[in-house]
Amino acid sequence: MPVLTKEQQDYKRFAKNKKPKPPLLKNMIMAFIVGGIICTIGQIILNFFVSRGLTPGQAGGPTAIIMVFLGSFLTGIGVYDKIGKYAGAGSIVPITGFANSIVSPAMEFKREGFVFGVAAKMFVVAGPVLVYGISSATLIGLIYYLLNM
Amino acid sequence: MDYVMAFIVGGLICLVGQILMDTTKLFPAHILVLFVTLGAVLSGLGLYQPLVDIGKAGATIPITGFGHNLVTGVIQDVDQYGLLGVFTGALRSAAGGITAAIVFGFLMALLFNPKSK
Repeated sequence: MPVLTKEQQDYKRFAKNKKPKPPLLKNMIMAFIVGGIICTIGQIILNFFVSRGLTPGQAGGPTAIIMVFLGSFLTGIGVYDKIGKYAGAGSIVPITGFANSIVSPAMEFKREGFVFGVAAKMFVVAGPVLVYGISSATLIGLIYYLLNM
Repeated sequence: MDYVMAFIVGGLICLVGQILMDTTKLFPAHILVLFVTLGAVLSGLGLYQPLVDIGKAGATIPITGFGHNLVTGVIQDVDQYGLLGVFTGALRSAAGGITAAIVFGFLMALLFNPKSK
């Protein structure tokens, strides 16, 4: 570690104070509001299916399918990424964000072909989510099986 | 009332994700992986279902709800088919969402091109 002159030390301190801090509070509020709105839309769809005679448990499946469709479509027409610029985790954490993480790289890498481009890049983020989600669920299932043997 | 609770619970889960993103070096992909695993573990411990009872779609729409859904399916199938259920439950339960994500994702990628920035 080289010894810094006094000017360099001063500059370092100066630069540290000038470095932009992420506007944490604003980001948090935006994530809360946008995430809340997306889940409220999900609740509207869920209640629609319940009103058509499904139990809340059964209605979860079709609700997820419609939310995934909305996330994919809004990503396709370029709207979802505009929301994401302001919403941060508010648009990433809901299942619409999972759909976004599939469509976005698939479109981006279309020029690399339909096998190594579209189909392979679809799973850049979704692949890890499925690997860890399914693996942890299966492990939990195995533990549950062993405990109930 | 459903809508208010869905808004609050869903918003809070996203808020936790935002705090993690801003205070650590985690990327969105890390957050999604972490949250799906966290949802599965909480579900396995029986702690996620109460959140679903309170927040409904606010707890099932975030990706933590996807982990919960996988575990719910595994436990149902283990009860019904024993050891085989360990291997069939997760995907059976999440089949609709995963198939929708692959098929709609592929379709949208074919139909649309990325917007120039």
